[in-house]
Amino acid sequence: MILQATINYIVFPLLSLTLVLGFIRLLLGPTLPDRIIAFELISITAAGIIVVSAITTDQAVLLDVASAWAIISFLSVIAFSYYIEKWRGRP
Amino acid sequence: MSELLISILLVIGSFFMLVAGLGMLRMPDLFLRMSCSTKAATIGVGTLMFALALYFEDLGVATRALATICFIFLTVPVGAHRIGRIAYLVGVRLWEGTITDELKGVYPADACMPFGQECLIPDMDAQEVSTDIEESPK
Repeated sequence: MILQATINYIVFPLLSLTLVLGFIRLLLGPTLPDRIIAFELISITAAGIIVVSAITTDQAVLLDVASAWAIISFLSVIAFSYYIEKWRGRP
Repeated sequence: MSELLISILLVIGSFFMLVAGLGMLRMPDLFLRMSCSTKAATIGVGTLMFALALYFEDLGVATRALATICFIFLTVPVGAHRIGRIAYLVGVRLWEGTITDELKGVYPADACMPFGQECLIPDMDAQEVSTDIEESPK
């Protein structure tokens, strides 16, 4: 009971606020690497939200979703940095 | 008792995530933002996963949660290091209060593009950022 109340009134608002802050940085970040970092923060926060949803819905399967999500976000960051490195030498 | 412990762990984890978001918004520099977000978000997600492993009390779930924690602890610093190195090479300007720059002079001059020149990435508006840095009070 206390767990459900804590999740509903504290944990989900804090995580949503983190999403909002990351999205503000994603909108106004002055350079492209800033936006990539903000995107990484947003995806990690989404993984956290999936984990907390696994507790609220009592479905342990969502943990696999969170781990796959973490893998995909890491791959996306690596791909972004790779393409920035390729853009660097182009006239 | 167990519910109380899980609740405390969840609150700690989400608080660390919030700290990461605040640092992402408030820090003056790309590199400071990156250090803030990676450390705090890694600890936050790790604590949330630990709470999940305590909640289900199942060996398979706990093992998967631990594996995911290990994966996040391994991969997030790697991605941050790569982004930071690429950003330094591309020419993102450091914060003016930065004391040490150990990479200064390490790379050859043509590999490291100064930020004041024309930027190759179309998103990086060099003019706007440079005026923003100059107008800040010393």
